[in-house]
Amino acid sequence: MIRKSIIITLGLILLVFSGLSFYKSRHFKEPVVIGPGVTQVKKLSEYFSDLRGTANDENIYILEGAKKGGTILILGGSHPEEPAARLTTWVLTENATLEQGRIFVVNSANRSATTVTRPSGAYPASYTIKTDWGGQKFRMGDRWANPLDQWPDPEVYIHYPTRQNLAYMDVRNLNRAWPGRANGTLTEKTCYALVELIKKENVDIVIDLHEAELQYPVISTIVSHQKGLDVAAMASMVLSDEEFKIGMEKSPLELHGLSHREIGDHTNAIPLLFETPEPFLDATRGRTDEKLLLEGKDEFVVRAGKRGLLFEKIDEKGWPIDVRVGRHCSTILQVLDVWSQDHADKAVVLKNVPKYDEVIKKGTGAFLHNPAKADPKTVYFE
Amino acid sequence: MIITILYYLLVAFVVFLMGWNLLKSKKWQEEVLYVIVLLPFLLRLLRLK
Repeated sequence: MIRKSIIITLGLILLVFSGLSFYKSRHFKEPVVIGPGVTQVKKLSEYFSDLRGTANDENIYILEGAKKGGTILILGGSHPEEPAARLTTWVLTENATLEQGRIFVVNSANRSATTVTRPSGAYPASYTIKTDWGGQKFRMGDRWANPLDQWPDPEVYIHYPTRQNLAYMDVRNLNRAWPGRANGTLTEKTCYALVELIKKENVDIVIDLHEAELQYPVISTIVSHQKGLDVAAMASMVLSDEEFKIGMEKSPLELHGLSHREIGDHTNAIPLLFETPEPFLDATRGRTDEKLLLEGKDEFVVRAGKRGLLFEKIDEKGWPIDVRVGRHCSTILQVLDVWSQDHADKAVVLKNVPKYDEVIKKGTGAFLHNPAKADPKTVYFE
Repeated sequence: MIITILYYLLVAFVVFLMGWNLLKSKKWQEEVLYVIVLLPFLLRLLRLK
């Protein structure tokens, strides 16, 4: 009996430690110190009340310029395991100011997916970006919403409204659920609410920030709906000439559920999706840890590259997080510049956002502000 | 919602069966095994993921 009690006690200790780890990971709060450009912070449920009280009732940071112009929506965290996307939205919400137009920024588009990591993926629960004041911790997240928020998955995911058959787990993938539906799953409701926002606020361009594995052909590129090909092509050419190589691709007409297809088909907005390289996502990677996530260095992915198995170059320098965040920042600035030149009445003039070289030189952490030193009224949590 | 309730009832039933076997077991190796196998089921019941 004593032996049995000892074994059960040891089991309970393991249960408490693992349970606390999961609980902390799900409920960890990421601070956002809003910058001078943010004039309002709304909740997504203000556009669709069914989301109130759910994991995806996320913050929407609104930046407004003194002069009227166009409206842009920037989505980070469609796939939270692609951290450069979310970090770019932090750089924007904490630093950017607007001279003209409006920008809506969503740091955690699929917030539920930020509260879970890949089952059996050995992902780190969190990662920390170094700053002058120590560092800021972020939840790692996954590609799909947390099963605690949306369950069970079907045998086959049938996309609404096209009825295209997709992989079962993509029923929790925000970038397979557009345009969403009001009486659907949490993921579909989230897309529906964002589409309501796009329609109500007359959004001109939606920018969906992502990262991709190097073994995936859609990488280092801007994917555009046919409505936005001129903007994407011009931005791609200027960036490739002046800063870094980036391609441009047309959204396939028959691949449904993705932002660059459905937002363009169901709203007046032009959807653009940006991809940067993230070796952490490659199937042939080595140890899946925070170091790989932030430094983007992996000898096995390099070896795959030497065998011609990759769609993007990689060497011993890897793809560090600052390079990836810098690419997203510069691509946003370039797209807005091209758009504003062609649409003077709907221009969006963004200031105080670092470009590619500046992010690499100073590091992403240089653009994150210390919540402990900030006015509490300016601190929000994701 | 009904599927979720049925799922948790099934998990609770498995926890009960393993707990019962743990109490009845005479071998320490089996007891350790039952405790280890019980952990994910208990975490699932507590909605910790």
